[in-house]
Amino acid sequence: MITGSFDYHQPGTLQEAVALLAKLGDGARVLAGGHSLIPTMKLRLAMPEHLIDLQAVRELKKIQVTGAEVCIGAMTTQAELIASDELHRAAPIVRETSLQIADPQVRYLGTIGGNVANGDPGNDMPALMQCLDATFVLSGPDGERSVQAREFYEAAYFTARDDLEILTEIRFAATSGGYAYEKQKRKIGDYATAAAAVLLGKGADGSCEQASIALTNLADTPLYCEAASAQLVENGLTEPSVDAAVASAMSQIDPVDDNRGPAEFKRHVAAIILRRAIQQAWARA
Amino acid sequence: MSATAESVQDRKAALKGLGTSRKRVEDARFTQGKGNYVDDIKLPDMLFGDFVRSQYAHARVKSIDTTAAMELPGVVAVLTAKELEPLNLHWMPTLAGDKQMVLADGKVLFQGQEVAFVIAEDRYIAADAVDLVKVEYEELPVLVDPFKAELPDAPVLREDIADQKEGAHGARRHPNHIFTWEQGDKGATEAIINEAEVVAEEMVYYHRTHPCPMETCGSVASMDKVNGKLTLWGTFQAPHVVRTVASLLSGIAEHNIRVVSPDIGGGFGNKVGVYPGYVCSIVASIVTGKPVKWVEDRMENLSATAFARDYWMKGKIAATSEGKILGLWCHTTADHGAFDACADPTKYPAGFMNICTGSYDIPTAYLAVDGIYTNKAPGGVAYRCSFRVTEAAYFIERMIEVLAIKLNMDAAELRAKNFIRKDQFPYQSALGWEYDSGDYHTAWDKALEAVGYKKLREEQAQQVEDFKAGKTRKLMGIGLCHFTEIVGAGPVKNCDILGMGMFDSCEIRIHPTGSALARLGTISQGQGHATTFAQILATEIGISADEITIEEGDTDTAPYGLGTYGSRSTPVAGAATAMAGRKIRAKAQMIAAYLLEVHDNDIEWEVDRFVVKGAPERFKTMKEIAYASYNQAIPGVEPGLEAVSYYDPPNMTYPFGAYVCVMDIDVDTGVSDIRQFYALDDCGTRINPMIIEGQVHGGLTEALAIALGQEIAYDELGNIKTGTLMDFFIPTSWETPNYQTDFTETPSPHHPIGAKGVGESPNVGGVPAFSNAINDAFRAFGLTHTHMPHDHWRVWKTANDLGLHG
Repeated sequence: MITGSFDYHQPGTLQEAVALLAKLGDGARVLAGGHSLIPTMKLRLAMPEHLIDLQAVRELKKIQVTGAEVCIGAMTTQAELIASDELHRAAPIVRETSLQIADPQVRYLGTIGGNVANGDPGNDMPALMQCLDATFVLSGPDGERSVQAREFYEAAYFTARDDLEILTEIRFAATSGGYAYEKQKRKIGDYATAAAAVLLGKGADGSCEQASIALTNLADTPLYCEAASAQLVENGLTEPSVDAAVASAMSQIDPVDDNRGPAEFKRHVAAIILRRAIQQAWARA
Repeated sequence: MSATAESVQDRKAALKGLGTSRKRVEDARFTQGKGNYVDDIKLPDMLFGDFVRSQYAHARVKSIDTTAAMELPGVVAVLTAKELEPLNLHWMPTLAGDKQMVLADGKVLFQGQEVAFVIAEDRYIAADAVDLVKVEYEELPVLVDPFKAELPDAPVLREDIADQKEGAHGARRHPNHIFTWEQGDKGATEAIINEAEVVAEEMVYYHRTHPCPMETCGSVASMDKVNGKLTLWGTFQAPHVVRTVASLLSGIAEHNIRVVSPDIGGGFGNKVGVYPGYVCSIVASIVTGKPVKWVEDRMENLSATAFARDYWMKGKIAATSEGKILGLWCHTTADHGAFDACADPTKYPAGFMNICTGSYDIPTAYLAVDGIYTNKAPGGVAYRCSFRVTEAAYFIERMIEVLAIKLNMDAAELRAKNFIRKDQFPYQSALGWEYDSGDYHTAWDKALEAVGYKKLREEQAQQVEDFKAGKTRKLMGIGLCHFTEIVGAGPVKNCDILGMGMFDSCEIRIHPTGSALARLGTISQGQGHATTFAQILATEIGISADEITIEEGDTDTAPYGLGTYGSRSTPVAGAATAMAGRKIRAKAQMIAAYLLEVHDNDIEWEVDRFVVKGAPERFKTMKEIAYASYNQAIPGVEPGLEAVSYYDPPNMTYPFGAYVCVMDIDVDTGVSDIRQFYALDDCGTRINPMIIEGQVHGGLTEALAIALGQEIAYDELGNIKTGTLMDFFIPTSWETPNYQTDFTETPSPHHPIGAKGVGESPNVGGVPAFSNAINDAFRAFGLTHTHMPHDHWRVWKTANDLGLHG
């Protein structure tokens, strides 16, 4: 539990950080809240020669709600996400999800940028971002570009981010209607056995106007369930329709055996959790 | 008259003695981060040690190349078995009469075993150097299942003793077999079981877990080559025993060794034994002439220092058709790992497992325990319990439930029908113990009344109907437990550790101004000794607890004692404290009589003073007496006011309790939610009710952890699957329910103040209560028994196997 040796850098601006990363290359890692990277370094599974700590890059710490647009800086902590009433009004599912990440101590340091950029399928924010159809802004030596959260995740720890890019911002539209983030975990601080993010819009006639479903820790990436979402919009929230949506989402998952239980158990629980999330979101819609 | 009565009351209250919820004096420093733990010790020129550990569970060590490590700047030395062998320290004796490799001697026997010890000028360099030590292994077949240990193709683990037919505890029938320990009457018990109207049988597994104290194990050794003295600071639950062992192992005379246990961040049995890290830090200090610190990290703690439990308990219980229990039979397969490093009294290789008749009047019983070697870490310590008592309590409390199912009887009623009655104490158990005191029926009735037991059962029955009718997907479990503990080891005639009798001690000095210092042979790891022992003494000698300093843990100053574990501090050292206090009072009486110019028999003790009988205005307070003892020439009385007591308890004490856990279980996800937990404890005389409540809360939370998810699991290659706190369950406040505590008070008849000990009761009683709740929830659907830990997926699997998922 003792890290290898490394050089520590603390740039003050994003420009400096990007330049440092370009200069130091493969041997460098960007440090946000550190809750994934530092334990990995203590286990010596990661032994970067350079750490580029973003905590002094003030421009990366922000929550802006402009009309129907939400923009969150990558270094915003989960505690700050929870504390922001403005964000809560714009997208209450963010607070609901953030409160289910680890414990308060972790949330004071853990950042949204680190959580989404790391590509860990156990993290909660990636599925949430897919559910919100968020856009990730990346800065690199060639400038800035955007990638949709639904296109970002390739495999466990592999994302569309280039090694020389820093994820700087997350943007999504404010939500309306019902929402839910349901998560089963063994204990506080644990990754999900299964978790589901659901947004539902209810029409005046009781129809489902809009639906978005994403799942956490049930495959090697977060899963946006496009067909399941469409199924609900098309057929509403009748029992057979929900059954069909859940069945559709379940056809996408590929959980693995671990200490939380075998895949068979996770498949069963995933369906239950998704069904509960749909019911909860609909009740709130 | 009333003024006097009131002042007696006031004076009594001012003492803050027995029965007072006195605030813990330790907490001021702990809550301000001012504790002094082993890792806080920093000495000039101190070096740091770190282990190269085996990644294999069973392998031959072909070679160890330390060249690259030695070339790293800042590395001082690398020790392997080869370096330790000339000192005869490459192996060390265990507390259980076995021996254990300090550093791998030709082979490794469990994952995480210590292979080499790197010593460097800084902790980071030591860790870097560990990576540079090249060890060449040849993998060997791995044995993780104790039931396969004696099969013809089983690998022989302990080649060093493969041919020894006789072990420390009798005959060995196989190289992987450690001992067979039998208690009770086998023939009579089997005859009863063969003939009984009703027999229930079950295999009850108490899985492998770990005490996991917040502070891991560590030591700092400092050998002063000028004066020949070795000082050893460490996380020791038994510092005096460590001194004796260190002297025997190292050849350093015992008076030249000082062992200090500073503040200890929880022990729970994990810090009773002697570990390779301690030995290596000592050797390293002797070799280098500098202080050497070794502190293990969390993964090392979970994977290499002592585990707990891992008992496979096969049981048969016989009864009449009306539910009167006639006999109990138990065969336990005990997985001890690679070395037998249990911390049990010498004559008890399975601890006090023979308390497994529990709270019941079972006339005939038989217990056999087979100890087995496997490729797992050594240990088998008493994790917040007296030696193997939690295993015994879990076994009998599961067997009672299984029998209730077989009899189609209410489990509370079955217990009440078989309790040892109040008038049967002192009670001789079929497996050899003499229970000192108890009033089980009173406690049981109080518990059932408090939770509204009848109503709970009605609600549960309704819920089962609702579940069957598809109205709910939740089930309700009612977990009952009535446990009897055996603590306070113990009488020197049958309890020793490495030959040292299990007495304990207290030495008291009264200062001229009437305050006091008391030193004990025990050592607090969070129990609050500095608070409670002062309270015992305050009541005995009439000096306020606030004016009594309690010191423990420094072998140069404290009297010899066997340490703190197995709830023995109050039963043994607490008794020594009271007895030493009584010696002080006896001398004080002579001094007071002299000062008052009356005969010794003409004065009597009253709270904090001696008073002339019939003349209440004539008295001498303890403070006055203390001063006089230092400045008066009293004929026939030595100056000063000091006493020491070494207390050899005549018997163990037998705390008991009645627990009820009500749980709601989500059948679809396996998630359990504790709705209510009621804990009635009877620990005899209560010293500090607030500390008792704290102990009960802590013990129940550890019990919850064990029952609901905490385990050390291995795969078939002997890899640890739960070696970090991500997978090893430690509950936070979030997972911890509200506990409702209660008590009855049945003093121990043989203890000077009637106290029995409480620290471990909640773990002993809590585990069966939680587990029984889970099992009970599925009783209506045909479940007899399901193994712990009851984590989500196992509960889900139970429901699934019963066809409850449709």
